[in-house]
Amino acid sequence: MAEILVFCEKDDVALELISKGKEFKSALGMSLAAALLGQGAAGKADDYFAYGADRVYVSEDAALVPFTAEAYAEALYQIAQRHGAEVLLLGSTKRGKELAPRVAQKLEAGCITDANSVRVEDGQLVADRYAFGGNTVATGAIKTPQKVIAVMPKTFALGAREAKKGEVVDAALSLKTPRTRVVERKEKAGEAVNLEEAEAIVCIGRGLEKKEDLRIVEELARVLGAEVGCTKSLSTDWGWLSEDRLVGLSGKKVSPRLCVSVGISGQIQYTVGIRGARITVSINKDENAPIFALSDYGVVGNLYEVLPRLTEKLKSL
Amino acid sequence: MNIIVCMKQIPDLQQIRIKERKPVLEGVPLIFGDMDKNALEEAVRIKEKMGTGKITVLALGPAKLKDTIKEALAIGADEAVLLIDPAFAGSDSAATAKALAKAIQKMGGYDLILCGEGSTDNYSGQVGPRLAELLDLPQITYVRELEVADGKIKAVRNMEESFEVVEADLPAVVTVAAEINTPRLASLKQILQAARKPVQTWTPADLGLAGDAVGAKGTAVEVLSNLAPETARKQVVFKGELDEVIGNLVDALIKEGVLGR
Ligand SMILES: Cc1cc2nc3c(=O)[nH]c(=O)nc-3n(C[C@H](O)[C@H](O)[C@H](O)COP(=O)(O)OP(=O)(O)OC[C@H]3O[C@@H](n4cnc5c(N)ncnc54)[C@H](O)[C@@H]3O)c2cc1C
Ligand SMILES: Nc1ncnc2c1ncn2[C@@H]1O[C@H](COP(=O)(O)O)[C@@H](O)[C@H]1O
Repeated sequence: MAEILVFCEKDDVALELISKGKEFKSALGMSLAAALLGQGAAGKADDYFAYGADRVYVSEDAALVPFTAEAYAEALYQIAQRHGAEVLLLGSTKRGKELAPRVAQKLEAGCITDANSVRVEDGQLVADRYAFGGNTVATGAIKTPQKVIAVMPKTFALGAREAKKGEVVDAALSLKTPRTRVVERKEKAGEAVNLEEAEAIVCIGRGLEKKEDLRIVEELARVLGAEVGCTKSLSTDWGWLSEDRLVGLSGKKVSPRLCVSVGISGQIQYTVGIRGARITVSINKDENAPIFALSDYGVVGNLYEVLPRLTEKLKSL
Repeated sequence: MNIIVCMKQIPDLQQIRIKERKPVLEGVPLIFGDMDKNALEEAVRIKEKMGTGKITVLALGPAKLKDTIKEALAIGADEAVLLIDPAFAGSDSAATAKALAKAIQKMGGYDLILCGEGSTDNYSGQVGPRLAELLDLPQITYVRELEVADGKIKAVRNMEESFEVVEADLPAVVTVAAEINTPRLASLKQILQAARKPVQTWTPADLGLAGDAVGAKGTAVEVLSNLAPETARKQVVFKGELDEVIGNLVDALIKEGVLGR
């Protein structure tokens, strides 16, 4: 029987894919398998079965530690070919996104990365992703016999655990030592912030002059019960805020009831991230800023004057 | 040191308007993608540092590339290879990578292939890894710092939870992140000089590819629809005296019921 093969180096994402994979499995008449690769892989099988995998392919081959796209693509390729996988469902994490096209190329398969919706229509899998920088949503179907789809984390909900058993198969891979060598890993100072679940968000952009001024943004956020988010430069370039707070095409897609954009021009790669907000407010000193056309309410003004006064007013309510 | 920089010509996304949920592309200027410019800048810096080397820009796209390429040549590329042909139209990532790989093989003698981590319009991040596979090379993606010395590269990659430092022997495919550098602008003198730099144009036949192996006919993904989502915002703008503006905003937010915690 043709197979759906799930893999993500992050188990929580892999389990989301398996949870949804059960639906595809019955709609497409395929079986549902997962690849467990790297250190400690064998120990994870029961979890994967509990969420719906029929079978897992396990390898703890030394070439799989640490992760390299080269070795993991070869591993998935060998498993897919040996066991007749037709659909590869991967996570569109950064690693998944560099892995998906590489394994797709080995399979001479079409690939869709950053999918934010995948469904069966007329007997075939179709996937949505943003195009034109986020201006549009492109729905695509892969034409090649094998198909690789990398799905954004949290696209699918985690299903319920069941008392289900499955088959553990030794992947029996033959892998070469990867040509990229990881010499060091510097952990980022992670932050426990989850913008995707926030009820209100205040996003700050390049209108902010210096890091110390974040204080006035945080004060507004506090009175609104909001989390602070930001545009790209403030996180990836300047490191004023962690990347967990980046909103947009390469960051978080948020859906709070209220999103306030401060000192943000409204370029598409940012605004695509706040499309799901119920009410959007923007504060910008340039009355021609494109963000105003994408806002329910706009304030034309200098953020250094507007924010303290708005915070004060909200406190007085 | 021979560096190939892959650059994609795209419409300036800031100037796209949406009409009946479709992007209007007529009259929108064509430019190179943001991270592709970072890739070119990095190539120029490597060449400057090493004091020697050749930079070739490789681009597949419509005929307008012949104009767009001038900027890349002015900034520091030594020559360009353009894949321009009606048969290339409608290429997706897979078809693009196939043609680019053939062109790179035809050029030969490369040490480093630089791409953006994603194209500015699609941001699908496929072309770099696909090229690496087609050319059987190591791939290093999401690079924010790059060092080249003694036939090796050392790169710092920006991953979700960490910065990962990796090494590989050349040749290799590297995709760069936006934070790797700030691209320079070309001077007037450079723009004038660029007119003399060699630009070659290759067709599928020059690459040994059949016309139906590339472009729309060679795609692996069929696009079923590509429309802007419907989002209508109220677009109420308050301006004028600050206390009044803030009073109006707060009133509106209370009415919307978004202030209660
Ligand atoms: C592939 C790709 C992916 C990307 N992904 C993302 C992403 O996920 N998220 C993201 O944010 N960006 C992303 N970008 C970058 C994006 O294109 C923009 O560069 C970025 O969003 C701009 O941020 P900004 O609005 O803060 O800055 P700017 O565009 O510089 O705007 C600053 C605004 O602040 C206003 N301002 C200045 N001073 C004041 C003041 N005192 N008071 C009030 N207003 C003031 C100005 O009028 C201006 O409108 C991506 C780009 C690419 C190519
Ligand atoms: N048509 C093209 N011509 C040259 N290079 C391209 C082309 N398309 C994509 N690339 C390169 O591949 C990178 C990733 O593109 P994508 O896979 O579309 O996200 C880009 O940043 C470019 O460096």
